[in-house]
Amino acid sequence: MWSGRRVFILAAIGSAVGLGNIWRFPYVAYENGGGAFIIPYLVALLTAGIPLLFLDYAIGHRFRGSPPLAMRRLHPKAEAIGWWQVGICFVIAVYYAVIIAWAGMYFIFSFTTAWGEDAAGFFTGEFLQVSDQVNLGFDFVPSVLIPLILVWGVVIAILALGVHKGIARASIVFMPLLLIMFLILVVQALFLEGAWTGLDAFFTPDWTRLGDSSIWVAAYGQIFFSLSVAFGIMITYSSYLRRKTDLTGSGFVVGFANSGFELLAGIGVFAALGFMAASSGVGVDEVAVSGIGLAFIAFPTIIAQAPAGVLLGVLFFGSLVFAGLTSLISIVEVIIAAVQDKLGWRRVKAALVVGIPIALISILLFPTTTGLNLLDVTDAFVNSFGIVAVALVAVVAMSAGFSALPRLREHINATSSVKLGRSWQIFIGGVTPVVLGYILIDTLTTRISEGYGGLPTWFVGVFGWGMVIALVLIAYLLSKIPWSYRSAAYEKNIHEPILDAELDANESAMDKTRGGETGLPETAASGSVAGERKNP
Amino acid sequence: MSTSAVVMMIIALLAVWGGLGLALLNLKWHPEAIDDEEADAVLHDGASVSPLR
Repeated sequence: MWSGRRVFILAAIGSAVGLGNIWRFPYVAYENGGGAFIIPYLVALLTAGIPLLFLDYAIGHRFRGSPPLAMRRLHPKAEAIGWWQVGICFVIAVYYAVIIAWAGMYFIFSFTTAWGEDAAGFFTGEFLQVSDQVNLGFDFVPSVLIPLILVWGVVIAILALGVHKGIARASIVFMPLLLIMFLILVVQALFLEGAWTGLDAFFTPDWTRLGDSSIWVAAYGQIFFSLSVAFGIMITYSSYLRRKTDLTGSGFVVGFANSGFELLAGIGVFAALGFMAASSGVGVDEVAVSGIGLAFIAFPTIIAQAPAGVLLGVLFFGSLVFAGLTSLISIVEVIIAAVQDKLGWRRVKAALVVGIPIALISILLFPTTTGLNLLDVTDAFVNSFGIVAVALVAVVAMSAGFSALPRLREHINATSSVKLGRSWQIFIGGVTPVVLGYILIDTLTTRISEGYGGLPTWFVGVFGWGMVIALVLIAYLLSKIPWSYRSAAYEKNIHEPILDAELDANESAMDKTRGGETGLPETAASGSVAGERKNP
Repeated sequence: MSTSAVVMMIIALLAVWGGLGLALLNLKWHPEAIDDEEADAVLHDGASVSPLR
């Protein structure tokens, strides 16, 4: 359990602030109206991001378990959604660790600017040794393999120590360190020649774009992917909270801190890109990139040219490592917690038995000469058709399927400082399904008609489409495996499943009129555990 | 930087970091509540609180 809400907030921010905040947001904002993007971005934050965060908090906090257990306690038919989220976390974990390993190596390379004059050639050539063949190979690259083993060693060790001694302490150390490093990086970037030209390109508003639906979709997409919502992390983290925790108060801090960090990243990245443009005598539009291209090609180029470039490199890649590690820890925690709940194992056993095989799969598939294409496909498909699809199914299930939103809102309001009105239910049941449905269908039609990244059909079919379909099938099968009597499903939980919203509400009203004679606490606020109640 | 860029930068910073500031103030105004189990533990010689999850 978390020792208090401060630690939970730090860990939740650590999970939300990841590589996407640093390398995705700046370019998405720049491409979608610059300064004008702040309007759809804030609308998306308040009508989808933070409401979804509250939904995850409510499920995890009320039903106190990893996604499969919490969902099962909410409704027996919802367990498969939880396993689907666990599967998504598994796929993300195996490739996400590799990017942290790259960042770790580039942290070391920064001291000597090992990439020299040609950062792009160095990255795919000398460093990753990318093969011309698009297939699954086992030709290992030691300079990626060794740091990857170290990354997994650190993550498994932290998770084996548990929530209080491991995740909480890691967050307490890593998060302030990340903030300090990134603040110094931004200040240094602002003093580079051409920095203000970069910021001008980043913040100059293009108001005509506000009428374009694509920038609204981009804003919702950015908020959705950035906040670590809807794939089980926040359900798991909030299940470790004390019963009387202020859920909305904590959630607002997490949501705005995540956006605050993104904005800071936008300033730092575009100040640096302004310097790069000025040094090359080109416009900012010609150097603006996102993702791997920004981190491992554009930034090394900037580091090689900038005054005190070594410091800039150390701060940038150090920030990537810490931001990535805190996110990876939260992703793997979902899988470990799910297995722990299902089998009733102790923490160290679960962390080792689950963590080591995940690490081995990651180590076997990705630090190879063919690993880059595999990473590209799995990342694109698990995000577009894994996270978006499971989020859509979850919000539809919670609203139209199980009518769980009124009860979950009641649960949140029982302990929270900022009370949620009916608008929260409208955002979850109305706004988010429409936006997620649009994003899903739009990406689906594009991928079907155009394929992905010019890669062979069989490769995309197996590791893209095949992987996302397998996640659904495996989730269904896992939900059919009976829970052992030693599992957490047979532990006490205050709250009954939300089997029928109407009956549930009537029962709640009767409890109130009886003055709680039943001994069944209606909300988290009433606190104490009520007898032996078996929920599975 | 153009005037419109400076204005949008200030608005973005105020909206996002201002929102964070307000969220932190709200948290400060609402101190962490003690769970019933913890209160019971304090009453009973501070015995350790059993894990709830």
